[in-house]
Amino acid sequence: MSIPMRMVQMGLLGVFGLLALYMAANARDTAFAVHAWIFFAAAVLGLFWMARQTSYDGVRKQGVGDDEYMMDVVKAGVIAAVFWAVVGFAMGVYVASELAWPFLNWDTSNTNFGRLRPVHTTAVIFAFGGNALIATSFYVVQRTNRTRLAFGNLAWFVFWGYQLFIVLAATGYVLGATQGREYAEPEWYVDIWLAIVWVAYFLVFFGTIVKRKVKHIYVANWFYLSFIITVAMLHIGNNLAVPVSFFGSKSYSLLSGAPDAITQWWYGHNAVGFFLTAAFLGMMYYFIPKQADRPVYSYRLSIIHFWALTFIYIWAGPHHLHYTALPDWVQTLGMVMSVILWMPSWGGMINGLMTLSGAWDKLRTDPILRMLVISVAFYGMSTFEGPMMSIKSVNALSHYTDWTVGHVHSGALGWVGMISMGAVYYLVPRLWGRERLYSYTLVSWHFWLATLGIVLYAASMWVSGIMQGLMWREYDDQGFLVYSFVETVEAMHPYYVIRALGGTFFLVGGLLMAYNVWQTIRGRVRAGEAALVEARA
Amino acid sequence: MAERERDEVTGTETTGHEWDGIRELDTPLPRWWLWTFYATIVWGVGYMLAYPSLPLINTNYKGFLGTTNRMQLHQELKEVNTARAEKLQQLENLSLQDIRQNDELFQFANRMGAAAFKVNCVQCHQAGGQGAYGYPNLADDDWIWGGTLEDIHYSITHGIRYNPDTNEETRTSEMPAFGKDQILEPAQIDAVVEYVLKLSGQEHDAKKAEAGQTVYMEDAGCNGCHGDKGEGIKDVGGPRLNDQIWLFGGTREEIRAQIFNPKHGVMPAWKGKLDKATIKALTIYVHSLGGGVGS
Repeated sequence: MSIPMRMVQMGLLGVFGLLALYMAANARDTAFAVHAWIFFAAAVLGLFWMARQTSYDGVRKQGVGDDEYMMDVVKAGVIAAVFWAVVGFAMGVYVASELAWPFLNWDTSNTNFGRLRPVHTTAVIFAFGGNALIATSFYVVQRTNRTRLAFGNLAWFVFWGYQLFIVLAATGYVLGATQGREYAEPEWYVDIWLAIVWVAYFLVFFGTIVKRKVKHIYVANWFYLSFIITVAMLHIGNNLAVPVSFFGSKSYSLLSGAPDAITQWWYGHNAVGFFLTAAFLGMMYYFIPKQADRPVYSYRLSIIHFWALTFIYIWAGPHHLHYTALPDWVQTLGMVMSVILWMPSWGGMINGLMTLSGAWDKLRTDPILRMLVISVAFYGMSTFEGPMMSIKSVNALSHYTDWTVGHVHSGALGWVGMISMGAVYYLVPRLWGRERLYSYTLVSWHFWLATLGIVLYAASMWVSGIMQGLMWREYDDQGFLVYSFVETVEAMHPYYVIRALGGTFFLVGGLLMAYNVWQTIRGRVRAGEAALVEARA
Repeated sequence: MAERERDEVTGTETTGHEWDGIRELDTPLPRWWLWTFYATIVWGVGYMLAYPSLPLINTNYKGFLGTTNRMQLHQELKEVNTARAEKLQQLENLSLQDIRQNDELFQFANRMGAAAFKVNCVQCHQAGGQGAYGYPNLADDDWIWGGTLEDIHYSITHGIRYNPDTNEETRTSEMPAFGKDQILEPAQIDAVVEYVLKLSGQEHDAKKAEAGQTVYMEDAGCNGCHGDKGEGIKDVGGPRLNDQIWLFGGTREEIRAQIFNPKHGVMPAWKGKLDKATIKALTIYVHSLGGGVGS
């Protein structure tokens, strides 16, 4: 990086800081003022850091060519993913407990379920999942294309810009700044910030592929790229809004009524499709063959299921709005496409599981591989359950019940969580140049705690959700409703307690991972395990 | 690029690609996967032909079954309403007593009332009609405004203290704020609190209670609404005091608070919100909860 270039960057950051100060001075509401100050603080910290770097920058970075991978940003992403995982799981346990024991809402607007739930969903999906994706995609795109990340330290802007987005989102929810759009709650100015960061992410990732030193592009990169492009399109399309004031947090959606509803679920379902499915398939396509040390099962299947998945997923959103004001023909299309999506989704499962042909024995000895493989099993289960729940007559029972919540979590905890945590365990010793993890026994404990947690969670929500749906529609022989709403809530209480317990198991597993990663980075090996390894050798 | 080679375990050739040590087998698509994929597509096409599915210029393709969500809902509702029509008519036309005497109609009204109660009434009176702080229990025989079929029917129809300015028929009564408006001296309030505790059979200061009786019967005239023995007067909605059932609590402090600056509950008038048959069904149901009395 040349000195003039650095000066330009610092100038831009300074202008941004001044703009933030101007926003803070004119803010019309608390949330906006707090956010403007956070922007300002971020700009000051950035300037300070850049100024300290610049003196020897030119010398230090000299000679860094395409041959040297940029792994520091991957390390930062892994640490961020582990940190946000623990935060997100803890928030999940807390909001689950609020449902089981409502006094935990504490009768304040800042801590009630309505505000803390999006903190949980954002922390797990975008903070934990997003950081895991940024870190692994930067790792995989460099190694499989044999080239350094493109555009200098733009990758660092992506990393820190993304953390800033997360902090803005979470603080906004607690202060009551929300658009009320599922998985897209942040207000207009946070959305603009994320759009800028996301375009930078695209440039880094795509630029790296463009300057690749191999002929073909590896399948993992197709999935990561489809995720980055589609999420950009979804994010911008879903967040078209008119701010009430340029100095206030409130905005109104550009669309209204049924078109607004379907835009939300076009986004909402494809956030699941491209953020939580396609992107993590990218992760799966790298880490499973590496950890199993086996070739990918079928190249042809990877091509066919990639294109089928990408083409069909985008249509599936309307199944979230069955039996609503949405026109029938849209509901039909959404349902049909969701069912056709079954096999394209399972293509990924087949390729993941069958890659283990000839390496199944490793499951007995390798807890990381076990984690990766069970994630694919949960993936297969969720991607069967999803199309089934999209069928209108099933949906009539399952919609608005805890069954949906259970379905999301068997996918989120089982698939997204397990594959990411497996990838973290794979990456940490390699990134920090350690011979091995601090402890494989702790990985094994993590595996069992997480699996048991998911089973408790999913099973309790199946029972609770189906019971809830059946109670809502229970008519007596004269055709009159049998249960009041509050009776259904009361009946669900025991399952809410079991769900909170399942979440706690998952959280304890996450804490073990954080400890294990921390000790590995410090270069330690758990007492007893080193001797064991030597004895085996 | 690496050469195509044969994988020893599976006997399948690789594609010859290699990335960071990862290779790919050239396995053909699993047949069961492919055929299931085709089957879902064929099913999808069939389903789309049967139901409304594609946008056209001015309308949409209707599907050869010619049905929609709304048509199905209307059909189901029509069937239910046809099946109930006769009984609903009877509910509307017959008197409450006649409905109560007719076993079949009573069963029907009871179920219908229970369902309407779960939707409209449980928010205040709770799922079993057991009430809550400030909301009367409907499952006992302690009635503020009367527990006959007619009384209950009137309360549901016109409500309690519900927009009394415009709704003349609503049941209205208001207990004076004896403390806040300085109608009684603090010592008199202390005394009458003890007397109310005595009436309800609770621990009390006997001396103060004696003075309290004078306040109750003469100075404040509590007996005008609550009756000489605290038995309550239903015509004016004066709650009974000589039992252990309380709307706003029965401790010394709670009784004092109610005398000092009373709270008054409000219940909506359901006339116009619910149809006649439903209000009658609710009456039958509430009457049957345990405390209904004959007329």
